[in-house]
Parts: sequence; structure tokens; C-alpha cells
Amino acid sequence: MMMDRFMRVLMLADYNTRIVMFGTVLLGIAGGVVGTFLLLRRRALLADAVSHAALPGVVGAFLLAVAVGTGGRSLPVLLAGALVSGLLGMGCVMLITRFTRLSQDAALGIVLSVFFGFGAALLGIVQKMRGAQAAGLNSFIYGSAASMIRTDALLIGLAAAVVVVLAALLFKEFRLLTFDPAFAAGDGWPVGRLDLLLMSLVVAITVLGLQAVGIVLVIAILIVPAASARFWTESLLVMVLVAALIGAVGSYLGTAISALAPRLPAGAVIVAALGALFLVSFLFGGSRGVVRAMITRSRVIRRTVRQNLLRVLYECEESGLDHDADEQMRYLSASRRWTPRTLRRMLRRLEREQLVYRVPGEQRQLTRTGRYEAMRITRNHRLWEVYLLEHADTAAAHVDHGADSIEHVLGDALVAELEEAVPRFGKTLPQSPHALVQEEQGGGS
Amino acid sequence: MQHDAPALHIRDLTVAYHRKPVLWDVDLDVPPSVVAGIVGPNGAGKSTLIKAVLDLVPRTSGVVEVFGRPYRRQRRLVGYVPQRETVDWDYPINALELVAMGLYRIIGWCRPVTAAYRTRALEALEEVGMAEFAHRQISRLSGGQQQRIFLARALVQDADVYFMDEPFAGVDAGTEKAIIAILQRLRERGKTVFVVHHDLETVREYFDYLVMLNMRVVAAGPARDVFTSENLKRTYGGRLTLLDRAVDAIGGSSS
Amino acid sequence: MIWTSLDSWIVIAAALAGASAALVGAFLVLEKMSMMGDAISHAVLPGIAIAFILTGSRVGGPVLVGAAGFGVLASMLVHVVRRSGRLDDGAAMGVVFTVLFAVGLILIEQAARHVDIHPDHVLFGSVELVPLTVVEIGSMVIPRGVAVLAVVLFVDLVVVILFFKELRLVTFDPALATTLGFNATWLHYLLMTLVALTTVAAFEVVGSILVIAMLVVPGAIAHLLTRRLAPFLLVSVASAVLAAAIGHVAAITVPLRFGFEDTNTAGAMATVLGLLFFTALLVAPERGLLTRAWTMLARRMIVRTQDVLGLLARASERSDGDGLSVNEFRTVHRSPFAARATGLRVGLMLSRIRGFVRREHGRYRLTERGRAAARRVLRVHRLWERFFHDVGKVGLIDLHPAADYLEHYTDAELRDELEKEFAGTDTDPRGNPLP
Repeated sequence: MMMDRFMRVLMLADYNTRIVMFGTVLLGIAGGVVGTFLLLRRRALLADAVSHAALPGVVGAFLLAVAVGTGGRSLPVLLAGALVSGLLGMGCVMLITRFTRLSQDAALGIVLSVFFGFGAALLGIVQKMRGAQAAGLNSFIYGSAASMIRTDALLIGLAAAVVVVLAALLFKEFRLLTFDPAFAAGDGWPVGRLDLLLMSLVVAITVLGLQAVGIVLVIAILIVPAASARFWTESLLVMVLVAALIGAVGSYLGTAISALAPRLPAGAVIVAALGALFLVSFLFGGSRGVVRAMITRSRVIRRTVRQNLLRVLYECEESGLDHDADEQMRYLSASRRWTPRTLRRMLRRLEREQLVYRVPGEQRQLTRTGRYEAMRITRNHRLWEVYLLEHADTAAAHVDHGADSIEHVLGDALVAELEEAVPRFGKTLPQSPHALVQEEQGGGS
Repeated sequence: MQHDAPALHIRDLTVAYHRKPVLWDVDLDVPPSVVAGIVGPNGAGKSTLIKAVLDLVPRTSGVVEVFGRPYRRQRRLVGYVPQRETVDWDYPINALELVAMGLYRIIGWCRPVTAAYRTRALEALEEVGMAEFAHRQISRLSGGQQQRIFLARALVQDADVYFMDEPFAGVDAGTEKAIIAILQRLRERGKTVFVVHHDLETVREYFDYLVMLNMRVVAAGPARDVFTSENLKRTYGGRLTLLDRAVDAIGGSSS
Repeated sequence: MIWTSLDSWIVIAAALAGASAALVGAFLVLEKMSMMGDAISHAVLPGIAIAFILTGSRVGGPVLVGAAGFGVLASMLVHVVRRSGRLDDGAAMGVVFTVLFAVGLILIEQAARHVDIHPDHVLFGSVELVPLTVVEIGSMVIPRGVAVLAVVLFVDLVVVILFFKELRLVTFDPALATTLGFNATWLHYLLMTLVALTTVAAFEVVGSILVIAMLVVPGAIAHLLTRRLAPFLLVSVASAVLAAAIGHVAAITVPLRFGFEDTNTAGAMATVLGLLFFTALLVAPERGLLTRAWTMLARRMIVRTQDVLGLLARASERSDGDGLSVNEFRTVHRSPFAARATGLRVGLMLSRIRGFVRREHGRYRLTERGRAAARRVLRVHRLWERFFHDVGKVGLIDLHPAADYLEHYTDAELRDELEKEFAGTDTDPRGNPLP
């Protein structure tokens, strides 16, 4: 039966659920889109101050409505109150940063906590009022996505859609503003007004999200999808789309779950769903994800070690060093500060690839294929060294190091270009421009 | 061009941060078609001069005219290359998109960047030798390459007067030569370029006009005339200590 | 208003919570990490919730440990997210604390089935309930919350006193700390642990969001009032304690005046802190907005007076002692009053009040006292012209405006230096005598 209810919700079987979903998912999309620009403008926490500053406005509007005699719980009235005090809060943040030497984050903390405290004091009054339905206000603090009434959800959804359309129209302008406001101003764009516009959209999303997500956590729908999207892409357009998608999925899941378990605070459920999506992005994101970065790094390290090892082996051969097995191990491990374990593992791998062979008790030797591969690597390295020497005024002493770090990422195209830039070697192997064997400093001590 | 007015005319420009003067009574007339270096010690107000001209910092007083008319009405004739450190190079944007920003003013509000504009951006990238990096994310470019695409963005603005804030800071020798070549081409096309510069050794080689600045304009004119040891001493040799004290007094009494 | 021992305990608990939060929060403000307090105070929630679920109790050791653990965890997570995502501080914090807080809220909702706890306690605190749970220490019966807070305040105090030198170094002179090779990392995490610990202890009293008011606002008030660490901490703690007392009184009295019942103390405390901050913002010595406005007004009044004296001094050089009429004041060469009728009125009025100037037949003349003062003004003006001309190589035409500006900002010390610089000179660059 539980499963049955679950499917009904997920499939949007009820008309009511469908409308609520419409509202929250559009809100999620709008949050992702606007949040991306907010994040790139580096003002993420400003939204937090704004949302907390909305509390006295909500409660104040409620008190006012009760006093006038309209019962109080009308969404547009409460949201208008939230808007006014949210904007007031934002104004205070700007005032404090402008007229004191306090840092912006202190200003945020002050506004956030003092406004919220004042709201809490007002709320304390409301909760003890007879006959007033203070319970409705609770949904503004913790969010109550599933129990939203139809007209409220429609209002929120449509307003969010308007925000998305505005952000899409101003995509280019917001990119300019968030990337390089100084250039934008020099180019004649009204940077101050653009900034105000972006912040107004932020305030709009914050206020619209109060009902569904609640004051405490509403900034999550702005920050978390955008921050998650950052791990997937290096293109702004894609980032906006991914953030919108994550916002939509998070809101959808959160709303569905909280429809099934109405005891749970809806805002917290939505944010937890977004948090799960963030974790996935953080770990597996295609651009900055931790796992991918780790794989790339270990692959580069492995390739670097392999190429260096082959080159050292080749250069030993080239300069006719004759070691026994132990001496060779000591020499190799000292030449690049490899630990004996890394070295042995690498050598075993080379043996498996049949690039290196060993006769027990003697030093390891390159096979024919091994020598060819080692020559290719050494050649690239030296071409690069010569190029650096001749074209970048790099002192010879630094060449080896610079060549080491770059050759491992050289593609074929770049090697061809190198050959062109240093043409006198043709397809031959140039001499190393610096002394090869470091005077046995590796072998002995 | 029909302009016979100076490319840049500044009269009585004073700029103060927190009421503490940074630039005092700057007067300047620079003819068109020159590459003008702005030199002076740290804290002399070089960047501030550019920013004040471009209305990026509030002026306490003064008039700025470009080709004989107030700057505000001549904005479309002016291009700007900010300092490289002022932007977040981790921003999700590639070189081509960055250069296309220079066209936004021409494209206008709310209109998308179409293929034709992208082609123009690509041409500018070609001009600075960066075409092959068009689709690379900007954090994966070297300092010199970043500076080149900044320059390309200014080129597509197709301005008549350019202001460049330390374009040579932290770039390799190759890029420096390339930038200089581009500046000279701009001058040949009749453009006027202002460059905030640090390296005195290259002044004579790079610039045909020079503004020596230390809170006031110490000297301004053709580089070969004004780049003298006397002027250098007046620009760089010891600040006027009494004046410094006065400046401090003004700053301290009001902020 | 009926004041009972319950009220006293509430104020004591709130004051203790405020004092310890203000003590550690002061360092957050100084290190420009105020929002880290916000992040930590949200992020400790899962730790508290887990401790609830495991022990079934709302206070006590496990809760403190769980919370402190999650506090430190949160600050590390912020670090990791910021590094690998190359996000800015705010965004990284925003992600970490919202998600942790959400998880905490859900866990609390689960815990609420077993323990008497409601999310409202978490958000707004429940200082009103503090006196209801008591412990016996020796022969004294005191509320358990008060005992816990007293211990935490003690710990905070001990740490701050022990590491006072290091903290001062790191917060006031990070550059020097670096050159001394002082490693601030451990101090940073020590501070974060203290913040987490204090946050949790104060949690019960003020809740997770209002604790930010306790952490940040007292420090911000101190920031407006002083620049030295010891007074800074003192002001910070004092304003928190003051807010606790006023806040509670306000909570049980103010709403009654408007025909409502009382409200919660924590909210009122935060409001009072906000008002204290606003007051400090207006009237802080040196940096208060009103103070600064007053200073500027006073400065402008001095400038106007000196302008009047300067014009009269020049006039008396030309035509001996004839003075100037109001009209002449505005029309003489380079008059600073050309476009400032009000300025002139103010300047004349002030000059007359101070006995520098008297009025006869519609003309203003210098008095004996005024003559001396006017000479000083004119002398400084011409010395500056001398200076700009000789040292600054400024052309004659440009001399006057700069000197006109500077003459008003020249204090006795600066004047002595000018005098020294031009000891042998007795004329200005145009050849006018130095009076």
C-alpha cells in the first residue's frame, strides 16, 4: 500500500499534487538559474540574510491583517510583508558595510540574526494570541510544500516562471556583470542597476520559496543547485541548465517525499534531496568532481613515472653505465627519489609490457620495443629542452625540470610543432643539453 | 577622421578616496594617434587616473573630454582593458565567449550572441594569435594568453581610444612583444592607446607619448622630450613629505 | 510586572549564554569570519539530534560532544568544498550548513517521537524552560542549564586568557604573525571548537539562529567602539549581558502595553542587541554616523570662520581697517562665498560670537583678537603657496585653490613644520608679505 501511494505521488496522479509539483519544480528551476549568477557574483550568503530578514515582515503582515480583520493567512499579503522586510534587511547590510569598517559577513550576521530575533519576538506574541491561526505561520519557517493550497502553488510557479524568463533574457548582461563588472562599467553598462536587478531576482526567489522551503533553508535552493552544477561544467550556459535541472529534480523528490511523510519538515526534505544531488556532483562531477580529479591525477602520475623510468634506463644505456642488480636499483631509486616500492612496481609493469627484461642477478635491460619507446620519450624530452633553451630564455639549469613536467602532457600535434620549431635535428635524437649522469650521487650514498 | 580636438582632454581632475586626495588638479591634453605610457611610482594614481576618466571611481572635480565632447557622450569611442587580477579566472567561460563580451554593447540589450558576432570575436582572437585556444576554459590559459584575450576583447570593441591597465604585468617576453605589435598597429589605424606601465627601461621603445604621474601630472608630452632624468627625479624621487602630511591631515579629520 | 525567581534564573542563563558567545564571537568578528559562526551554529544540529536519539536526553555531555564534533566537521567540510569546487567561502558555507541543518531537522523530527523536543526549541531556544530542570551542587539547587553555561563560560575564559597573546597577534596583526612564523591553524581550529561548544550550550537558551546574534552583534558593537583587544572583549561581553537583562524585561513588559501577552526572551534579546548596535552605529566616538556628521559640521564651521577672517585680513592689507560689507564679502576677488550666502551668514555669525569680528554701520571689521587670528590664517595660506611654488613647482595661477583647501586642515604641528621649512622667507610667491 505504501508503494502504491508512493507511485501515485511520483506519477502525479492527484490533480492537487500536480499543481503543487508545478509550483515547487518551477521554483527549483528558477532557484538554479538565479542562484548560478548569485554564486558567480560571490554573494551567496546575502540571500541568507534576506530570507531571515523576511520573518518580521511575514509576522508583521500577519498581525496587521488580523488587526484590519482579514484573518491573516493570505499568501500575497504575507509575501508582500516578507518582500518589504527582506529588502529592508538587504538595505541594512549595504548601509553597515558602507558606513562602518565591519566586513560584509559581519553585516550579514547582524542583519540576519537581529531581524530574525525581532521576528521571533513578534511570533511569540502571535502564538499567544487567542483566535489567531498562528499555525499557518509555521509553514513559513519550516516550509510546507505538500500542503500548499492550489492557488498559492500556481502563484509561486508562475512568478518563478517570470523570473526564469527575465534571467534568460538578461543572460548575456548577467554574464558580463558577474564576470567583469569593471569592464562592463567602462563599456557603458549600468552596472549598479544591473546588480540591483539581479539582487531583486534573488529576493524574489527567496520570498517565493518561503512557503515551500521555509525561511531557514530557502537559500539552499539558490546555492546548492548552482554549487552542484559547478562540478559538472566549464560553460556558463551548461552550468545554468544543469543547476536548473538539479533544482527541479531536488524539488520534485523533496516535494514527493514530504507528501508521503507530512510529519517531516518539507523544507528540510527538499534541501536534503538537493544535498544528496550535491554529494553526487561533488564526487562524480564531470569537470571538477573529486573522483574524476583523483583518477586523472593518478593516471598522470603513473604515466609520468613510467616515462621517467624509461628515460633514465635509456640514458643509463646511452652513457654506458654498468651496474649489477642492486646498484641499479639504488641508482634508479635515487635518480628521481622514487621509493623502492614504487620503483619495483613500475619495473614489474614494464616487464609485463615486455619493455624491460631481466636476467637474474644482472641489471635490467630494455627490450627492443622498450628501447624504441624509451628513445621516443627521450627524444621528445630533449626536443622540448632545446626548445625551451632557445625560445624562452630559460637557464639551462632549470631545463630538465621544466621539460619533465610538460613533456608528459605533450600530444603528437605538439611534438610535430616542436620538430618544426627546432628543425635542425630532423628525426634524429639530439644530444642532451646538460650533463646526463649526476656524478654517481645516486649510486653511492 | 574629422576629429581635430585632442583625443583626451582633462582639466582640473581631482579624485579622493575617503576624502583623501589621490589625484590633484590633473590637467592633460593628449593628441590622437599615439601610444601613450602612463608611468609613476606605486600609489601615484596611475590606475586611478584611468578609472576616473572612465567614471569607474567618483571624481571630486574636473572635466574629461574625448575628442572634444564629454566622456559620457563618447562612451562608444572608448575601450578598456582592466587589470588581469580583477576577474575570477575560474569563471565558467571560454576564450571566445570572453572576447565576444566586447561586442555586447553593439549587440544590445537582451539579444543573443549570434554566429556573425562569434566570427568577429574569432577574428580578433586570430589577430592576437589565440585562435586555436578559442574554446579553452580561461583558467587553462597562461598569464600571457589571458592578457592576449583581454586585448582581443578590447579590439572587437572597435574603439578610437583605449585604456589599458598594466597589460604587461606578469606576461612572458613573447606576449609582451606581441602586445606591443598590436598597439603599434592600432596607432597606425589612427587609434589612441593609453597604457599604465611599470618598466622604465622599455618606455622609450614602446611609447611615443608619455604621462609622468605622481598625484599630479609631473610631465606630459612626446616621450623623447619628457623622458628626462630631471622629470624622472621629480616623478620618482622622494614624495613631498609636507604634502603627504597635509593629505593625511585631511583624510584623518574626516573619515 | 511580577518578577519571580524564575525571571532571575532566565536572566542569569541568558546573560551567561550571551557572555560566552560574545567572548568567542568577538574573535569571529575580528577575523572576518562571522558567517562561520552562522554556519557552525546550523551545522551542529545533526550532532545534537544524534545525541538525542542515542541518549534520550536534551542536555548533557553527549550532546556537547556530538555538537562540537559536527561543528569542527562542518568547518573542515567548508574547507574541502571550497578547495575542490573552487567556490568562494560564502557559497561553500551555504552548501554545507544548509544541508547539515536540513539533515538535523529531519533527525530531530525522528527524535521527537522519543524525546520531548520540537524544532521550535532548536530555532528559537527555550530559555523559559531552563529553570524547570535543576541539579544540586553541594547545598545549592540551580537550574542545570545555568550550571552548564557557567562551565562553558569558564572554559572560554580560561582559553582566552591562556592564549591572549597569540589571539591578539593573529587577530590584530596577521602579517606580523606570519613573519614570526606563527602557525595560526591550530588556533583557528581551537577557536572553531570553542564556537561549536559555546553555540551548543547557548542553543538551549537562545536557539540556533539567535545564537548568531549573540556571537556577532556584541563583537560588532565593540568593533565600532574600540580598537584594542582587552576593551574590545569587555565591551562585547558587557553588551551581551546588558541585552540579556533588558531583553527579558522587554519581553515580559513591552507586548503588554500593546494589549498582547508576553513574548519569548531570546527574540527580544536579539532585538535589544540590534538596537544597541544601531545606537553605537550612530554615536560611537570618532566613527559614529552622528559623531562624524557633527565633526564635519564643526569642521565646516571652522572653515567658514577662517574664510571670513582670511578675507578681512586681505582687505585690511589693501585698505586699512575699513572692513567689508556683506556684499563685498561675496564679490571680492576669489571669494569662497561667491555662491554661498548661507555659508557667509554662518561664518559671520560664528566670528561675531567668538569675538573676532564686530559690525559697524553694515560693515564688518576685525577686533583686536580677530586681527591676530586672521593674521595666522593668512600666513598659513601664503606659506602653503610658497610651498607649492617652491617645492611642488606649481604655476602661479594654480596656487590659490590648493592653498585655500589646505589652510583649513593645518594643525599647530603642521604649521610649525611649514614655518621651519620657510624660516628665512617673508613673502609669498607673488611677493605679498607674510603677516
